[in-house]
Amino acid sequence: MAHELLGQKPTRFGFGEGLVTLGERHSNVIVLGGDITGSVLTSMFKEKFPDRFFSIGIAEQNATTIAAGLALSGKIPFFASYGAFCALRNADQLRISVAYNEANVKIGGGHAGISVGPDGATHQVLEEVAFLRTLPNMTMLVPADFEEARKATIAMGEMHGPAYIRFGRSPVPMFTTESSPFEIGKAQVLTDGTDVALIACGAMVWESLLAAQELAKKGIHARVINSPSIKPFDFATVTQAARDCGAIVTAEEHQVHGGLGGAVAECTAKNAPVPIEFVGVKDSFGGSGEPEELMVKFGLTWREIYASALVAMDRRDRGSSGVRAIKDVPQAQ
Amino acid sequence: MDTATKQSLDFNTTTFPNQRTDAQALKAAANEIRRDIIRSLVRAGSGHSGGPLGSADVFAALYFGGVMRYRPEDMHWSGRDRFVLSAGHMAPVMYAALANAGCFPKEELGTLRKFNTRLQGHPGRDMHLPGVETSSGSLGQGISIAVGMAMADKLVDHSDRRVFTLTGDGELQEGSVWEAAMSASHFKLDNFCWIIDNNDCQIDGRLPEVMNVYPIVDKCVAFGFDTVVVDGHDPDDIMRGFDVFLTNQANGTGKPTAIVAKTYMGHGVSFMNDKFEWHGKPPSHDQAVAALEELAKM
Repeated sequence: MAHELLGQKPTRFGFGEGLVTLGERHSNVIVLGGDITGSVLTSMFKEKFPDRFFSIGIAEQNATTIAAGLALSGKIPFFASYGAFCALRNADQLRISVAYNEANVKIGGGHAGISVGPDGATHQVLEEVAFLRTLPNMTMLVPADFEEARKATIAMGEMHGPAYIRFGRSPVPMFTTESSPFEIGKAQVLTDGTDVALIACGAMVWESLLAAQELAKKGIHARVINSPSIKPFDFATVTQAARDCGAIVTAEEHQVHGGLGGAVAECTAKNAPVPIEFVGVKDSFGGSGEPEELMVKFGLTWREIYASALVAMDRRDRGSSGVRAIKDVPQAQ
Repeated sequence: MDTATKQSLDFNTTTFPNQRTDAQALKAAANEIRRDIIRSLVRAGSGHSGGPLGSADVFAALYFGGVMRYRPEDMHWSGRDRFVLSAGHMAPVMYAALANAGCFPKEELGTLRKFNTRLQGHPGRDMHLPGVETSSGSLGQGISIAVGMAMADKLVDHSDRRVFTLTGDGELQEGSVWEAAMSASHFKLDNFCWIIDNNDCQIDGRLPEVMNVYPIVDKCVAFGFDTVVVDGHDPDDIMRGFDVFLTNQANGTGKPTAIVAKTYMGHGVSFMNDKFEWHGKPPSHDQAVAALEELAKM
């Protein structure tokens, strides 16, 4: 495979490092803490730039609106917490004070997806992508690995306007490098096939690469697309994939409703309607357990992507939405 | 319609200077603000009468009493003090105060709530109306934005800029108000002035009946504010409240100031006075004429 496994690291560390770089480059970058600074790695910035770090405590609505006030004063405020609290508890603040104000506020939402693990359903945010991508003026990023999270953090700090980055708690495979392209609004084609397109974000990008590897063994050449920019969305790359492949699988650690899959469906329904299969959490809450156990339980591994690819291709080939039973999916160990 | 009636409904071009002045001058400014509120609301055909009329005296002192430093011809001036209307539904009084300061033509007040207007039903920053610092309307948010602004001024830029915010009293039922209050005193924001328009009314009725937020003063004190209660219809008493704030800032006490302004909803128009039914509706044409007649005699 063209994409080598370079190790494992949580994306939140990329966020923490990116913030420090931003702090070095821009004196008006301010960070607000929401008590869990060690967990979402704003602690790295705090240590380096104590004068530009303010602890707001456990008050996410206040932190979000304070950030708006700082932004309306020419600062570049970052506020980070767990996504459950800094994307949804403060949803109204994000809508009015941040997005409607077009305030230059940056939000880092950690503990995304079920790979949070033992903390359980309350802390495993699975809905925020759907919400954030409906907000006018908002930029929404879901980086695939540590390095991409670092780049995305820097990019969102250096663009003007409200932006949100989603990152996770647990270590995930690293496969992008310093020289890998990253641009807000752009998806990247990682493997160039034309049999089926696997469009993913976050940790599911690596799983898609694994699925593509397995599919290749059957002579199926999948086009794996990493789509870290949920909004603005890369309509061109996705439309092209739909036209070239005629079948799509989306994969994300999020509800199947309204997230990346929703964005792909909206795009292709308008530009190039093709069968789509959605890999994600299927309208349920998470639960406690080890991340690997949960990813299997909730169907978030390369196996589901692989099986869905066969289904999507079958639907394309039969020219209907009829689904043939797929019997040859490799079983979990 | 006779000429006098028509004239009373029209906007004039009077503006008021912003300087330390006497009660009579502030009363005159408040009266003009009230009349402009009536004029804009009757044209809009919807909107909030009660709160804006009730807080006109506070706005007159804030904008025309030399408390807040701003340049009407350049409301983006980097040295300006800022006002955030947390109670966004009270937009008509802020718009009227800004117009009477000369920030934009008073005639524009006649576009309130209309298609493509800069005078949105609740303030919208995207409209770029001079003097509107932020969008507001979802209660409990403006005060937090104002805290963020005061932090930027005092803790980051180390400037002496002041930030004022006005919340309603029903708005105090929003929990996030108290998150903001907690942080204002935590960060020792003596450049932060919180005005509470305490008219005891909200849409559904009296505060204690809808959800009791009293004792307001005790709460403000407990949250670390230097709290002063003023008669919100007495210019001298309102100025006394602002002087407490200015002294706190000048002396660097590290204490934010809360001014609890006791007001009557709809004050200045007898048939609206202290009636919560007037929270969210505009006057009819005849009611507007009657209100303007009454205000002209004040």
